[in-house]
Amino acid sequence: MEKGYSSNSDENLIQAADYVEKPESQLKEMWETLKQNKAAVVGLFIIGLLALIALVVWGSELLGKQILPYDPNYSDMTQSFIWPNAEHWFGTDQLGRDMFSRILDGTKISLFVGVAAVAISLSIGVMLGAIAGYRGGRTDALIMRIMDMMLAIPSILLAIAFMAALGKGLDKAVIAIGLVSIPEYARIVRGSILSVKENDYVQAAKVIGNRDSRIIFKHILPNIISLIVVRATLGISTAVLDTAALGFLGLGVQPPYAEWGDMLGRARGFIFTAPYTLIFPGIAITIIVLAFNLLGDGLRDALDPKSRIK
Amino acid sequence: MLKYIIKRILMLIPVLIGVSIIVFLIMRVFSPDPAPIVLGQHATQISVEAWRQANGLNDPIFLQYFHFISGALTGDLGTSFYTKMPVIKEIFSRFPATIELAMVSIILASLFGILIGVVSAVKKNSIFDNAGMLLALVGVSMPIFWLGILLIIFFSGTLHWLPSSGRINPLLQPGHVTGFYLVDSLIAGDMDAFIDALRHLVLPACALAMYSMAIITRMTRSSMLETLQQDYIRTARAKGISEGKVIGKHALRNGLIPIVTVIGLQLGSLLGGAVLTETVFSWPGIGAYTVACILKSDFPVVQGVVLLIAFVFVLVNLIVDVIYAFLDPRIKYSKKEG
Repeated sequence: MEKGYSSNSDENLIQAADYVEKPESQLKEMWETLKQNKAAVVGLFIIGLLALIALVVWGSELLGKQILPYDPNYSDMTQSFIWPNAEHWFGTDQLGRDMFSRILDGTKISLFVGVAAVAISLSIGVMLGAIAGYRGGRTDALIMRIMDMMLAIPSILLAIAFMAALGKGLDKAVIAIGLVSIPEYARIVRGSILSVKENDYVQAAKVIGNRDSRIIFKHILPNIISLIVVRATLGISTAVLDTAALGFLGLGVQPPYAEWGDMLGRARGFIFTAPYTLIFPGIAITIIVLAFNLLGDGLRDALDPKSRIK
Repeated sequence: MLKYIIKRILMLIPVLIGVSIIVFLIMRVFSPDPAPIVLGQHATQISVEAWRQANGLNDPIFLQYFHFISGALTGDLGTSFYTKMPVIKEIFSRFPATIELAMVSIILASLFGILIGVVSAVKKNSIFDNAGMLLALVGVSMPIFWLGILLIIFFSGTLHWLPSSGRINPLLQPGHVTGFYLVDSLIAGDMDAFIDALRHLVLPACALAMYSMAIITRMTRSSMLETLQQDYIRTARAKGISEGKVIGKHALRNGLIPIVTVIGLQLGSLLGGAVLTETVFSWPGIGAYTVACILKSDFPVVQGVVLLIAFVFVLVNLIVDVIYAFLDPRIKYSKKEG
């Protein structure tokens, strides 16, 4: 049904359309609150440190320079199962590779997989959620029912099934983990869109003749960006855990690359003879996941208006 | 209430059909041909064709799905490519092991999660609260399978207190009644078997429970913090009711709704976590078996298991919704609201 607007209310609506909180200001406000949360700052610091390690290792690899104490993929059977000592801080594994170098090398894989998988689920999930929430009706019902169905299958099982279809390998693990998390983002975005789509500024944007896609990307998504940031941060920790799980089951990164979950899976047979081979990769996974959880929790608190007032 | 439950059960049907389509698509359309995997690389083209024909894999995909779903409706999920046993038999010979593990885990997770959560909320900002929250944070950040490995290294390898794999000493295995060894050994009156089954369960159950416990702890704490601020709690205290009663009867009961939701959701995620825990502890359940079947493209088994797990998952959600009504008398599943 057409609604008749007087010129006065038209003006008001256009003003409302102009008044959209810029995403930068929202994120800035979030950052201000976040800075006061010690745990979150610690999380951020650890992530920064890990990112630095990953970048340095990756950069030196590109330049063909050896920056790690030992070549992480060089095996020497005469050096296998050396317990941690001054020369090999974390000992050597079953193939005589230096565990410390492998753990540092694994940082880049874990960080990459975490971020890449979230990028996949985020982009597809946000798009589906936005379409479902904005369009409503049958489109909404269809998209969300498919999401419900995906949620009814435990994510790790679904990821393994995807891996069976796609084949083993790091790139496939990223896709599989990215695909299984789509419903979470779709749900969050759809819910938020439903709650903001009736707001004046959205209605105003419609009245002045904006296209649907423009309204979604310019007017609605910027308003829920902080919510998405929180979910994505926590999503990285889940993605890292899932990658480790796939690696542990022998489905992720293929040898000789150092991936922490894969290292755990391959060292399982030596649980009683060389337990240290199973301790350090696990600590590494826990630290990275913990850091993203601390940051994610901090961001969520920063988003909560109650804690902002404090 | 009954009407609501029936309506919800009917709503399960499209979800389950959808799940079956998703799994069918992944396993049959996008996965590589299982014939060379099952028959081995040296199988001739003729034997591969014959095998595909015999297993109905040459039929059009819609017909294959139709056969699967019409069979599923009558309780026939097909036969395993490898063992040639009916899938339903394969599943039910392993399902009790997984359910027993998941049930013990969820009981552990709920008991400790609620306990630590309540203590953290009541003693907010104390050392108990900080320790509880740290435990919860580590609990959600630690890979389940790594925790399992640590428990094995410490309790089996170093202390030699508990076994690191299997469900029970085969010599003590009780006769099959329910498939749950704890129950079956009690029915048989065999305390040695009961204790042995319990000893085998401790480590995998703790490993599997940790993540859920952490989530339940966090939810209990935040829910309790909110209810403890309510006026009726102050009133109850003012009336001179003992603190234990105020917390247990007034605060916890009212704070239970979100906690029950989380416990229900965790039951579902436990089934996923079981995949990893069972692999670490060589637990003869459905999780480790499913992984093995996915990897060797045993489609009928994978389809059956995923359908069953999804069914259990949505059923648990339904049960959680019904429990709400008992916990919160304000929620009524009347016609008006339904």
